[in-house]
Amino acid sequence: MLATLIRTTGSMTVAEDAVQEAAISALEHWPRDGVPDNPRAWLTTVARRKAVDAIRREAARGDKEVRAMDLTNDPGDVPDSVVRDDELRLVFTCCHPALSLANQTTLSLTTLCGLSVADTARLMLTTEGAMARRLTRAKHKIAVAGIPYRIPPDAELPERLAAVATTVYLLFTAGVAGGDEPVRPQLCDEAIRLGRLLVELLPDESSLQGLLALMLLNDARRETRTNSAGELVLLADQDRSQWDATRIAEGAALVDGALRRSRHRAGRFELEAAIAACHATARTYDETDWTDIIALYDALLRLTPTAVVRLNRAVAVGERDGAAAGLDELDQLSGLERFHLWHACRAELLARLGRIEQAAAAYESALACTPPAADRRHIERRMAASR
Amino acid sequence: MTQYAALIYSHDGDWTSPEEAETTKMYAEFSENQAASIRGGAALHPTSTATVVKVEGGRGGDVLTTDGPFVEAREVLSGFYLIEADDLDSAVAIAAQIPGAWDGGVELRPVIQF
Repeated sequence: MLATLIRTTGSMTVAEDAVQEAAISALEHWPRDGVPDNPRAWLTTVARRKAVDAIRREAARGDKEVRAMDLTNDPGDVPDSVVRDDELRLVFTCCHPALSLANQTTLSLTTLCGLSVADTARLMLTTEGAMARRLTRAKHKIAVAGIPYRIPPDAELPERLAAVATTVYLLFTAGVAGGDEPVRPQLCDEAIRLGRLLVELLPDESSLQGLLALMLLNDARRETRTNSAGELVLLADQDRSQWDATRIAEGAALVDGALRRSRHRAGRFELEAAIAACHATARTYDETDWTDIIALYDALLRLTPTAVVRLNRAVAVGERDGAAAGLDELDQLSGLERFHLWHACRAELLARLGRIEQAAAAYESALACTPPAADRRHIERRMAASR
Repeated sequence: MTQYAALIYSHDGDWTSPEEAETTKMYAEFSENQAASIRGGAALHPTSTATVVKVEGGRGGDVLTTDGPFVEAREVLSGFYLIEADDLDSAVAIAAQIPGAWDGGVELRPVIQF
């Protein structure tokens, strides 16, 4: 309803106010007159009328173009395909690259997920006042700078979709961020909801299926990632019986579909989701298919040759071919001297090889990189255990 | 339709000098190609010709003139266009054709219609 009104009024603010007024109106009328047969149509009609009033009021103040006519002519019942396109337009407006990432995530949560300003502020770890100001500024920029409310042309679609997916994934990872930051499960839920909306709106995009699958598969392990004391639990030590089987099944099915669709052009999200599926569907840590995982990392490296991907690949080699082979891979990576996980992974493999002195030194180097608090405590525990 | 100022930040060139002939030719091509969207604009002399004027102590106060641009930077305001476009996406597509976009950058600012 909101998405359609934004399209017909051309203003996010007018549309939101109108929907809110319609809801207030419903609260007054329904208890007195009874709930109408079709509450959605009732709300849409009232919201549309409120929007027309608002635009007329605005038009009366200046010589602004009167758009109210379009609204009054619009039929009461909007076909599903139109609603779908309106929602999609809204996604692309909220995640427009001309808006900062912080503003994109804020707009997504309030406008697409329908969260209140107070809830959004809590989730984004800021105050309600600051959040309200940020929203006002973002909406002002959309209106004044003419950020369009439309689905990008095919030529621009891949790039714009990648930006949308990145914004949604950022929301998700912000939700699972541990260490000194609180874990925000609701943020993960909202990101998954957005992921579902995107898959529903663009069912042929394998990258969006990959994105949703990646979030589901990671989220399935939510409860087992930390113990009752809030300390990190490694993948190998997690209680697999506590993993969410429904989410894993859904995620794995999406991965299959996404890989079939994308063939050899699988993107970052498809590949990362496929790796997550390998882990999530292995019955035990020892049954993990490391050969598959290494092949997926190789494909991922061709797309995003980042330090973290190279590190993860080396760890997988260590699991498949033994600690010595893994260490060899790790030592061939350059430029990771300031990255605590590189030192920590070396330390683990050195300890497995019985090279206790060198392992201790590597643990020390990891701590010297000032890792996040949860990682630091984990490294200290591993260090104590290796002696 | 929205009007945008496309503020061009580029190297501090002298657009009248022969060394810049290649660049000014590219600007001429751009202006011709986008004539339908361009509502105005100007190329600016280098910042070595700039003068900053400030009035100290509020309106009617002492006029202070200094040599040079308002802000010293590697990339400077070297010209601008006033363009008209349907929306920001269309304006971005036009701005991406301005030679300054690959010699620094172009800042798009919506223009207030009083």
